[in-house]
Order: sequence, then C-alpha cells, then structure tokens
Amino acid sequence: MMWAGVLVACASCYALKLAGLSLPASVLQDPRVQRTVPLVPVALLAALVATQTFSTGHHLVLDVRAAALSVAIVAVLLRAPFLVVVASAAATAALLRLL
Amino acid sequence: MGIGIATGAYALSFGAISTAAGLSLLQTCALSVLMFTGASQFALVGVVGAGGSVWAGAATAALLGSRNALYGVRLSSLLVRGGWRRAAAAHFVIDETTAMAIARDSVAESRLAFWATGLAVFTLWNLGTLIGALATHALPDPKVLGFDAAPPAAFLALLAPRLRSREPMAIALSAGVVALVCLPFVPAGVPLLIVAVLVAIFGVLRSRG
Repeated sequence: MMWAGVLVACASCYALKLAGLSLPASVLQDPRVQRTVPLVPVALLAALVATQTFSTGHHLVLDVRAAALSVAIVAVLLRAPFLVVVASAAATAALLRLL
Repeated sequence: MGIGIATGAYALSFGAISTAAGLSLLQTCALSVLMFTGASQFALVGVVGAGGSVWAGAATAALLGSRNALYGVRLSSLLVRGGWRRAAAAHFVIDETTAMAIARDSVAESRLAFWATGLAVFTLWNLGTLIGALATHALPDPKVLGFDAAPPAAFLALLAPRLRSREPMAIALSAGVVALVCLPFVPAGVPLLIVAVLVAIFGVLRSRG
C-alpha cells in the first residue's frame, strides 16, 4: 500500500513537470491558473505547519511541539539555514521532554 | 557551490524525517530519485508520519507539485522541445533549476545552467537523503530526539519565503485555522485537501474580480 502511494505520487509529480513543458502556453498563462497555482503551496504548507504542531490523531493538543515551532519561527526570522531551523525545533522538543 | 551545500543539508533532513515517519530506506530513496521535488516529498512523509494515509499524502504531494507546471512555461522556450530530451528535462524542473536558468542572458547559458544545476542538485539531494536515512535508521527512538517536531519546522522554512506580502500572509493564517477546525471531524490528511479546494476557489474568484 505504501509503495503504491509512493509510486503514484512520484508519477503525478513528474506528470505535472512534463505538463508544464508540454501544454500550450495559453493554458498555463490563463490568469486563473497564474493567480491560483502560486497560492496552493502557501495554503498547504501553512495547513501542514498548523496540523502537525497542534494535533495528535483527531485531537487538538498543545505540547512541546508548540514551543519547538516558536523556536523555529525565531530561527526563520533570523534567516537561519534550513537544517538549522529543523534541528533547533527538534532539539527544543527533545530538551523539553527531558525536563 | 552554495546551492549544493544547501541542497545536501536540506536532503539530510528529508532522509531523517522520512525514516522517522516509518518509510523504509528504499521508499525514502525512491522518493528522492523519482519524485525529486522537495516540498512534495516532505508533505508525503509528513502526512504519513502524522498518521494519515499514504493516499492523502500522495494527493498533498501532487497539489504541492502543481507549481512545477508553471515553471515549465518559463523554461519551455529555453529547453529543447520534443522527444526524450524534453522527457528527461521535465524531471529536473524544480525551484532551483528554474531560478538558475531564468537568471541567464542567453539561451545557451540558460540551458547550461539548467542542466548543470539539475545534475548537481539531483546528485547531492539523493546522497543527502541516503545519509540522513541511514543515520536515522541507527537511532533507537526518533521521538526522544524530537523528530516529531521537525516536520512542522521544515514546512515553516519552506513557507517563509512565500510570505512576502499581506495576501499570502492572510491566506497562510486562514489555511492554518481552517485545517485545525476541520481536523477533529474528517480522516487524517483530509483537512489539507479541504484547504486546497478552498484556496483554489479563492484564487479563481480573485482572478475574475
């Protein structure tokens, strides 16, 4: 099941890349497409941040991950590199659990 | 050079997060070889790691991959049209190659930048993934090390550069709230799809007005 999902997702992502090089420019330069597509990652990434920080299964929770996200926000504002942002969040969660 | 080091570090965290989410070494590496688009890969393993189905993860990955189709519009005039070259070039259509290719003055330089960046990023991305995954496999309990707090930070780091004006900021905040409100009532991963549908409707309505 996991493999099927992984492979279908890979095929879909490749098809989207190929579509960009293959579809007539008129389709992709349609104002609705140009306006909408860049908003999709903004909304999805924000929803991923929210759900993965403030929930476990179907329950809304407030735990050490919220503190970890706060540290990540500070790291992002300080323009820290990607790995530093991720590692500082993980380290915060690990340290708070030790206390 | 800078892009190479950044890619390697980014890939290390992907390999680690994917392994901590429960994907096998082979599945983790397959994603980096075959999907080869960072945000989508993080989304798939993030959804799976949070208990969502792999299909919800796959749908989220594909939705995040839609932006790569827009890059194609800017690249298709620079790259060779048709045949196996286009099929091969398509695999390399990602944020980094697009940025490097469109920053050049001539078609020949753009083409060179596209392929050189693509090959360098592909190599380091897969190497970093493998090392990150192997290192995490060797750990006893990823949660003790705070690995469950890593994916939201990764998504935040991917989101931040897109929040340059008030509109995306407002969309991001609304999307977060909507996803949390839906979460108790629908299967895991589905809040993301609801958010995607709503933002698509919003985008289409705004482009008319």
